[in-house]
Formats: sequence, C-alpha cells, structure tokens
Amino acid sequence: MRRSLPSTVVAATAALALAACAQGTQAEDDAEGVDFAADPGDRLSIMGFGTGDEIAQVRYDRAVEALGDVDVRLAEGELDIQAFLSAVASGNPPDVVYANRDQIGTFASRGAIIPLDECVEAHDVDVDAYRDAALAQVTFDDQVFGIPEFNQIQVTMANADLLEAAGFTVEDVNGSDREAIQAASEAIAQDDGGRLSVIGYDSKLPEFLPLWAKTAGKELLSQDGRTAQLDDPDVVEALEFAVGIYDAQGGFPAVKTFRDSADFFGAGNQFASGALGAMPMEQWYINVLNEVSPDAPLAFDAFRGPDGEAIAYATGSAWAIPRGSANPQAACAFAKTMTETESWLAAAEARAADREQDGLVFTGVLTGNEEADQRIRDELVPSDAPQPWADAIDAMYEANDAAFTLPANPADAEFETAWQDAVNRVLNGQQEPAEALAQAQEEAQSALDAAWAKWEEDAS
Amino acid sequence: MTSAAAAPAAAPAPPSRRRRASPSARRERNAGLRFISPWIVGFLVFTAWPILYSAYLSLTDYDVLTDPTFVGTENYERMATDPKVRLALWNTLQYTIIQVPLYVVVALALALLLNQAGRSAGFFRTAFFIPKMTPPVAVGVLLLLLFNGQYGLVNEVLGVFGIDGPSWTTDAAWIKPGLALISLWSVGSSVIILLAALRDVPAELYDAARVDGAGWWRRTRTVTLPMISGALFFVTVVNTIAAFQMFTEAYSAYFGAGNSTYSNDAALFYVIYLFREGFEQLHMGYASALAWLLFVVIMLVTAVQLVVSRRLVYYEGEQR
Repeated sequence: MRRSLPSTVVAATAALALAACAQGTQAEDDAEGVDFAADPGDRLSIMGFGTGDEIAQVRYDRAVEALGDVDVRLAEGELDIQAFLSAVASGNPPDVVYANRDQIGTFASRGAIIPLDECVEAHDVDVDAYRDAALAQVTFDDQVFGIPEFNQIQVTMANADLLEAAGFTVEDVNGSDREAIQAASEAIAQDDGGRLSVIGYDSKLPEFLPLWAKTAGKELLSQDGRTAQLDDPDVVEALEFAVGIYDAQGGFPAVKTFRDSADFFGAGNQFASGALGAMPMEQWYINVLNEVSPDAPLAFDAFRGPDGEAIAYATGSAWAIPRGSANPQAACAFAKTMTETESWLAAAEARAADREQDGLVFTGVLTGNEEADQRIRDELVPSDAPQPWADAIDAMYEANDAAFTLPANPADAEFETAWQDAVNRVLNGQQEPAEALAQAQEEAQSALDAAWAKWEEDAS
Repeated sequence: MTSAAAAPAAAPAPPSRRRRASPSARRERNAGLRFISPWIVGFLVFTAWPILYSAYLSLTDYDVLTDPTFVGTENYERMATDPKVRLALWNTLQYTIIQVPLYVVVALALALLLNQAGRSAGFFRTAFFIPKMTPPVAVGVLLLLLFNGQYGLVNEVLGVFGIDGPSWTTDAAWIKPGLALISLWSVGSSVIILLAALRDVPAELYDAARVDGAGWWRRTRTVTLPMISGALFFVTVVNTIAAFQMFTEAYSAYFGAGNSTYSNDAALFYVIYLFREGFEQLHMGYASALAWLLFVVIMLVTAVQLVVSRRLVYYEGEQR
C-alpha cells in the first residue's frame, strides 16, 4: 500500500527521534577485557588537548611519530565534559582524553573511563617514575585510571622592594609565620584617597583554601575520599586567617576590584608596577614574570608551613582512556609517549633553546613524572641562573617535592563547589567562616555520601 | 394556547460532506509539505522531542552516562526545599524587574531620538545596532572592565560629577544593577524595532494633534505611544523572557573561566544554577525539573502580560 507523505514524515521523524535518544545503551562490558597488547587500530582520536606551546608540540609530535601509521586526529581545546560524557554514553567516544586530575575520580566512578593497570603492564609504563601524589589523584578503587601529565604547585612570590621598604623579607611572607604575614601586609598596603593602591598580601582565596588548611594541619577531604573535613576547627581557623588578611586591607571586594584592574600577564603586572607585596601563586607564573618583567624587583620562596617546611597543593592533568575507546592500544601507547621521561626532556630542551635565544632564563617544567623533573633540572635548568630566578627555581622544585593532593572521589565537582561557594560567601560578607564551612560540610558530605552509595550500588 | 404545535424552525440543511480534495489540490498540499518537511523534521527532532524528553528526564535520576532511573516527583520535591532555587529565582526576578523597564525606556528614548535624526538616521541606526554583534561572553568581560569599582570607566565618569561610584562587580547590592546597565550594550536591536514602528505612525495624526495645539509631550503620550504600543509590547515580552533566561554575561563575568573559583551569590541567576546542576555536576534529571519550573514561570508571566496588554495595546485597524 502506498504510504501518504504526512505518514512518511512522521515515521521518519520518529525514527530519527528514537535514534537521537538512544543514549546509555553502551555495553557495560566495554571496560572489561581490553587487550592492550594487541595491535593498535589505524585511527586515534584525541579530545581535550592543545598544542599551544613547544612543551605540548614536541611531545605530541613524538607520540604521533611513535604510533607509526596510525591516523591521529586531535580536537584542540579544553575538555568539554558534557560533550565527552555524551560521546561516551552514545558509544562513540574519543579514543583518549586529556582531563584535570581531579576529574578522574568522578569519571572512573561513573564508568566513563577504563582502568589502565593492563595498559601500564602491557606497554611497560614506568609508574615508579611518576609522582606519588599525582598517581594517588588518578587512582580510584585501587586501580590507576589516568597517566599523570603536568603538575602545578604554589610558591611564594613577592616584591622585594616593597618588603624591604617595610622592613620585611620574603621569609616573613612565606606562610610559616602568620603574624609576620599580617604585619607585613598591613605595613605594605597603601590607600590612596579611599582606594586601595597597594595590596600588602593576597592570600589568593578561594582557590588556595586547601593550602591554607593544610598548613593549619588539616586536609579538606579524608584520605579515603569519603569524609569531608570542611568544618574542622583547623580549616575554620585557616579561613578566618586568610580572610582576615583581606579584611585588614579594606575587605575582599576592595582587593579583588584592584587586582582585577591589573595587567596580570603583561609588563604592567602587579609586581612590576609595585601594586602587590606578596602572594602564593602557581609556579607557571614565574615564567610569565621572567618573560614580561625580567627586571622587576622580585623575591621567591617556597610556601611553608609553621615548621618551616615547604608545602604545596598539587593539581594537574592526566591522560585517560574512555569506555568504548575504539583504539585503546594506540591510546595507551600515545599516553605513555606523551608522559615518558625522554619526551619531557625533548620538550624541555626545545623550551630551553627558545628561552636562550630570547635571552631569558629557563626556569624548568614541572610534570607528574619525577624522573623527568629531576633530569630537566639537572641537565637543562641553569645552575648559575641569576637572582631572583635562581631562588624561584629552588623554591619551585622544593615545593614540588613536598606537594600533596586531594584524593580521587566520585563527587569532585560537588565537593569543590561546596567549599568554594562557602569561601565566596565569606568573602562577599554573607556568612562568617564557621557558618559557611558548616553549610559546606553538609552539602559536600551529602554529595559524597550519595556518590559513593551510587558507585557501590553500581559496583555490586 | 394553540393546539397546533409551533412549526419547527426550518431545519438547517444537513452539512454537505466535505468534498474530497481534488487531485491537483492534494498535489499542491503534498508539494507544500515536501517543501517544509526539513523544518518539520528539524522541529520535531531538535525541539519538540527534546522538550518532551526533558519532561521525562525531570522524573528521573540521570547523569548522562548511565540510563535514567525513574524517581517520580523526587526532583520536584527537592526543588521545593532547595534554598538555591529560591535564591536563584529571587535574583532572576529582581534582575528582571530592574532590567526590563530600564531596557525598554532606553530603547524607546533612543528610537524617539533617531526618529528625529533626519538624514543621519541611517548612520545612527547602524551605530546603535553594531554593539549587538558583540558576543555575550565578551560583554561579560566588558562588564568587569567598565564597571571595575576602582578603575572602571563608569566610576571614572561618575567621579567627574563628584559621585563615588559603588563596587559594581563585588558588592552584592550592585551586581544586578550593573548587569542591567551592561545589557543596554545590545539595546540596538530593540531600538530598530521601535524605530520601524515609529516610522509607521501616520503623519496626519500628528498634524491633527498639532492643529489641536498638542505639544511634543502630549503628542508622544496620546499619539505615538498608543500607535506603537504593539511594538512596545513585543519588545517588553521578548525582553522579559530573555531576562528570565539571563545566563551568558553573568556566567562569564562571575562563574566562567576567568573566575573559575570566585563567584557571587547575587549573580546566581536561575539558568546559571540550572547549568551548574546539569552540566557541571551532571544532575541532568534535576536540571530538567528546574527547566520545567522556569518554563512554567515564564509562561505565567507572559500570560499576565498578555492579559494586561488587552487594556493597553492598540493594534492598527482594531475596533474598540
């Protein structure tokens, strides 16, 4: 019987609609039984990575070359979580993804990525070379789900002239002596007709609360990733101190407004323009300062706890293989080459050569690979770097050896939102630290409990 | 009383059977359907189906990766007790109340000015419309620069008049006014719509009003506004809906990559909360329920506006 046109349109539409909603039907056993030792397929798709600088480009070129005839396709740009998870759910994921390490626990718990223990074994990935803290962050349920890449840690950065004029040194603002920080901040901060014109000390909230809490003796999350510790008195006290630094300078809004007006990545940055006394900051900013304001009166030290020992809160990135990856063998080989010592060394050589050509100091690269870090420092970082860059390099490597991470957990986004929102409520004057962190504790623990329960239910 | 039954009213003629369409009419209909079928398919697959599917998702626990699990009205119950839903709704309502009248009044004022501009109107029309081409993300960044409490251009200008401007971007009380003001960046599109309506007002009405001695204000109030009330109503409704859906500028200024950790509850608009729940925390079922609540709110507000418009809006040719 001849079907009328309207019915054909409706039928076609229904078919398309059903196809469009066919999510979540991917076989659960995709994660099982991957033979990483098998020959790789002929295509590799990568999501979440960019080849924006020589450190990325050199390693990428090596990894592609090592794959031989495999057709490698890179979708440049930061990982779009929604796009990634939708691709996994629809059974058409990229073969390998580049993600933040703190996302790995959530991806692993939801079955979006597969364990890499077999990959490590089949491809002889030297996991001993990776930093323990970085590996811990990509280990969930005693299985490795990611190959660590970059590492980010904090060091103390300061304007030596401002410190000297106020009678302080960088050791006074390195975190070990809170009273000294407070005194230095108040002495350096300047007000110009009701407007803050020099920030004494920027405690870098909300992002560095984990660092301040750790120096007070507490981590925000228990080692097993199950219990939030946000309302612990040590955390409350740490937040009170860090917020108090802003309050003494007219409050966080005044500090934020002023720092937002600064040319953070340019020659007129806060240190070069004498607008900031000191702050803890991630190590990559050393390179920025070295490049845009090499003659600024800078001073560096590690960030230190009350005992004077260096301490840093490490974050970073990792390679992971999605469930349903069509070419996990090539993905594993690619991740291995990207993160192996020789690749990092080759990339660092390229950067060191570039810096030398530009008359700048090569200050090193921090990776999740301890062996690579050591060789880069020994073989490429100049041992006779001029000051203050020699101090910056020492501080960076010292902090890197003392870094801690928060453990992998299935509710990282909710946990992070809970504590960051709490800090923001305090900074915006809506709540006191104890009240804000009590609320955050409740929100975070509730999210953790639900996520762990769901994972346990799925696992059983 | 007459014995004779009243003669029944003439029975209506039985409705004639609908005539079958002629073959040529059917061919025309089918051809028409073929021509619009791409749109029909697109609408059904990419609009109607997602809308219906989101209604189903709102009754599930769904994290994108695993199959949705039916949870009944749990998401709606959670919404009722979620303080952030109340906060986000309240923020959105406040913003709408500030932004819509401001936006419409400024659009109208600019359109009235342009209407007087004579030959240079074309240039100014283009000039007013160009900012509309700016991506909303850039407008969010622009907000942070222009409205910086210490060194922003807005406060610099206020300072010239001896006014100590507020902390637009960090003070909770000023965040929404700041966002409402920056929304004027794209007022050009509404100006063009109102200008077109102004150009349609018959000149003889103004002439008659002038003859009757009406001044500028009187002519505007009694001739111009009634005659363009349809366009004004359209701009108001569309802008109200847009205000309820405020997202990009506020997100990029207060929650996006440039502010990955700093945020301010005063900028937590409803769609931002929906986005964070759905796309950052992967509570897609809950986010779908949130979307349906927003749909109901917008529908109610629009319905109220439609009812009110019956008394205030005049459409040309309408008999009252």
